[in-house]
Order: sequence, then C-alpha cells, then structure tokens
Amino acid sequence: MFGITDFWIYIVFILCIASALLCVVYGIVNWNKGNNDEQELKKDEEWENAEQKIEESV
Amino acid sequence: MTIQIIVIVVYLAIVGYLGYLGYKNTKNSSDYLVGGRKIHPMVMALSYGATFISTSAIVGFGGVAAQFGMSLLWLTFLNIFLGIFIAFVFFGKRTRRMGHNMNAHTFSEFIGKRYKSKFIQKFSALIIFLFMPLYTAAVMIGASRFIEAQLNINYSVALFAFSIIIAIYVFFGGLKGVMYSDAFQGTIMFVGMLILLISVYSGLGGVTAAHEKLAALFANPVVTKEMIMAPPGFMGWLNMPASGSITAWIVISSIVMGVGIGVLAQPQLVVRFMTVKSDRELNRAIPIGGLFILMMTGVAFIVGPLSNVYFFEKFGMTAMAYAKSLGSGSGAIIPAFLNNFMPEWFSTVFLVVIIAAGMSTISSQFHAIGTAVGRDLFFSKNKDEKQNMLLSRIGMLVAIIVTILLAYVLPTIWNDSIAISTGLFFGICAASFLPLYVGALYFKNISKKAAIWGMMSGFTSSMLWMMFVHGKESKVLMISNLIFGKATIAPAGTIIAFIDPIVISLTLSIIVTLVVGLISKHKYEKEHIEECFEGIGK
Repeated sequence: MFGITDFWIYIVFILCIASALLCVVYGIVNWNKGNNDEQELKKDEEWENAEQKIEESV
Repeated sequence: MTIQIIVIVVYLAIVGYLGYLGYKNTKNSSDYLVGGRKIHPMVMALSYGATFISTSAIVGFGGVAAQFGMSLLWLTFLNIFLGIFIAFVFFGKRTRRMGHNMNAHTFSEFIGKRYKSKFIQKFSALIIFLFMPLYTAAVMIGASRFIEAQLNINYSVALFAFSIIIAIYVFFGGLKGVMYSDAFQGTIMFVGMLILLISVYSGLGGVTAAHEKLAALFANPVVTKEMIMAPPGFMGWLNMPASGSITAWIVISSIVMGVGIGVLAQPQLVVRFMTVKSDRELNRAIPIGGLFILMMTGVAFIVGPLSNVYFFEKFGMTAMAYAKSLGSGSGAIIPAFLNNFMPEWFSTVFLVVIIAAGMSTISSQFHAIGTAVGRDLFFSKNKDEKQNMLLSRIGMLVAIIVTILLAYVLPTIWNDSIAISTGLFFGICAASFLPLYVGALYFKNISKKAAIWGMMSGFTSSMLWMMFVHGKESKVLMISNLIFGKATIAPAGTIIAFIDPIVISLTLSIIVTLVVGLISKHKYEKEHIEECFEGIGK
C-alpha cells in the first residue's frame, strides 16, 4: 500500500501516526484532570518566586 | 536577497516584541501565576516542541534521511512516543511536582537535591558545560548552512551573521518570557513543514507515485553504481538496512537509539516541565506536542529520501552525490533541495522556519549552560547575588565562544557533523543521566552510591568507547592512534567500530545503578523522601 513494500517501513509509518494519535486521545481524555490543590499552589508560588530571581540573575 | 533579508528582519522584530511582551507580563510572580493559568497549553506545547526540534533535526537529520532512507522514521516514532508521550506523562508530571517540592531550578540541582549529593550536582553541571556546546554548535551549523545556501554567501559569513542574531537574542530578552516567542516560532515551523510535505508529494504525483519513483530509483544502474561506495547494507530508501550490516548499526544504534532515547534525559527539556503550572497543562500540551513532532521530524525524514528523485531528475545523481559534488556532506542536502526545487517565496519562509528553530533551541541551551555554571558549578551562599550572576554570564559567554568556534571547525572534521555531534551529546546525556533520573522519579530506596556509580560508569564508558572504539569519533580524537597506533582498537572487519557508545554505556550504567543499588545499604531519611514525593502518585 502507498508504494511501500518493506514491512518494517510500513509499520513505522503506522506507528508514527498511531503515537501522535495516542497523544491526541490522551490529551482529550485528561483535558480537565490534574489541577493543583491549595497546598501545591503555595509550593508552586514559592518555586516561582525563586525562579524569577534566578531568571533575573542569568 | 533583499526580500529575504527584509523578511528576516520583520520576523526578528516580531520575535523581539513577543519576547518583550512575555517578559513584561511575567514580571512578578503572582502575575505570573495568574497569567500562567491563562497560558494556553498550545503555547506550552509549541514552545516545548520548538526547543525540542531544531535545525539539527530538520537540516542535519533530514539530510541523513536523504542518505539512509525512511528507516529514520523510527527516530520520529521514538521522538513522539518517548520524547512526548512518555516524557510528559511519566517523567514530566513527577519532575514538576518533585522539582517544586525540593525547590530545584536546574536539572543538576534537581538530581543533586534528590540524592542529597553536591557531587552529582556539580559533576552533571560540568558535563552540561563541557558537552552541550557540541549540540549547540550542531544547531548553529544547521542554520548557517541554510543561510549560506539561501543567501548565496560564504559559510563563515553566514555563521557570523547567525551568531550575532543569537547573541542579541540570548542577551536581550531571549531568556525571559521566551514562551510566546517560542510558540510563534513553533507555529511558523509547523505551517512551513506542512507546506513542504504537500508540495513535495504533489510534485511527484501523489503519495503512492512518489514512493514508487523512489523505489524505482534504487534499481537504476547509475544509482546502483553509486551505492558501491556507500557503507554496506543499504537496501534502498524505502527499505530497512540489511540486518547486522554496518548501515543497520549506524541507523539503529547511532541515529534511532542515540537520539531517540537520549531525549529523555536532556537537561534543557527537563527544566521545561518545572515551569508548567499544573499537570492539567501538561495533559493539554500532549496532543499538540505529538502532532508537532510528527510534522517536524516526520516530514523531514520523508522529504529527505524523496529529494533523491528530484536531484536525480535534474542532475542525474542522488542527493548525497550532489552534496559531495558541492564539497559538503549530508547537511547540505535539505538547503540545496529547497534552493533548487521549491519556489523562492517558500524558501524565504523556510529560511525563517530554520532561523526560528535554531534560535528557540539555542537560547534554551545557553540558558541551561549559564545556570549550570552559575547555580550548580560555582554557586555559593557566601557570595552575593551579583557575583553569582557574573559567574553565570561568564559561563554563558565562554560557552557561546566555544560553540561558535566548534561551528567553524566541526564541518571540516565530519561531513555529517550536525548529526554526529547531536548524537554524541544525546548519547552522553542518556548514559550519564537517564538511569539516575528514572531512579530519582520512581525509586524511593535508590541510594546515592548507586546514582553516582551509575552516572560515572555511563559517562566514563561513553568517553572510552568514543576515544578507542567508535570509529567516527576515535579517528578524530586521535588518542587511540597515539597510544595504540591505530584509529580504533576494534578488530578490523567487524561491526564493533560502528556500534554507538549509547548501546554500551547506557546498558552499563543501568546495570551498575541496579547492582550498586541492590548491594548498598544507604537509605534516605523518611522526611527527605516524603518531602520529595509529596503530592506524587495521589
């Protein structure tokens, strides 16, 4: 099919497209999952403050 | 040429403006957090993708694909599956949470704090400082080769011009608020590659017709004669190389495995996970990331092989033969292809794509080098902030100079210098960092000793294999020649000299990490592990 005769080249074409689709499906299924809770937000903010300082010093 | 320069200047002005906008909007942290929630995951994904994929992948490996064929698509598969899916889902989320829990801001700091080891922090930073310029140089060579072909100027002049663009970008805003400009660059890359794919296939009469023409080309007597000079095992651009052959080892071990696996332990990509606001953003970035990589390396590795048909129809020789007739290697193929077979307006757009791809990758590489020096190698609480800042900047400056020098020298050493130096850095990273990075994220009981021994064995075996066995590097390094009087100590007539260092050194570092981990008794105190893993696996 598509002028490809080597089995492994054919398979890798499919795998490339399938893995990209896997990414799409995973993203859609988990679109709203993984929000931070209060405690995590606090840590994130502390980290962000430190990161800002480092960014300014580079 | 005037139009091309105007387009580049307009483009650079937009990137500069977006960089400034991003910086202005993220000035204080609470703004950043609030604003951060508004950052579209598409921006995150495109920015990650633009950092991930560089001129090295498009120009360098696209050219290698023109030489070795579509077997390189295995690298695309690994790039998507490992580089995006596994990296985001299984590495990214834990890295982000753990990095924030430990207040780590660089890759070296991350693994150093996790293992409570200053040695790991400093040694890994040293590896980044010493070897990342090789990869950065590869990206620079790719972009400069392209500018050279498009503007019809000397390579040295192209490299000089590109170095100036990079230096300005890095020092004025390139590092601050890069997300927006990276995303803009990512969008341009995406659209450019899409147009390229469609025009290359339609120019050959459709997908099936194009593949049939490529298959028929291999059977052409002129090509068959040309292939006598190629490494044994090449079976055509639409076929896998003969198993166990030299070509198979080059393609599978050096290109597919070396770069495909190495991406999981790339310091400049790992830190990107920590800048994401929540797991939700990572989830949402995955679809765009997957499609982006498919469109980048997938297209490059399809267009590369198909370019042979174009070159043969016009010049009566394959793409590689044409590049050699120019006195270059595979890195010259994609620029020459666009120059000869694509309309001028498209070459101009693509020129911007290439500059975009180079800038986004290089700026994050220099950033990684700068922080490695300032924060990991020489950081001291006793020094004031200004001294630490100065160290970062000196480190970065040294790295920039070394990179530019390497970009001048490497193409004179290796014909396919882009692919070799990229693979070299990815291989060193994988062998030195991957086992201890996975250990840090998933194994609470792994000891400091195991991490150090794993890293050291991976790094040392990588170096030794390059110096004495793997012909591509050992010939250039000359150390084997000095000591043993021959370029490689691998027995002649065997494939050993073609086995990439990653196969040996990653295997060794995994085994060493496991064995030392099992026999060493050291355990971290409960509080440390609890702090690191807080909020993980809930």
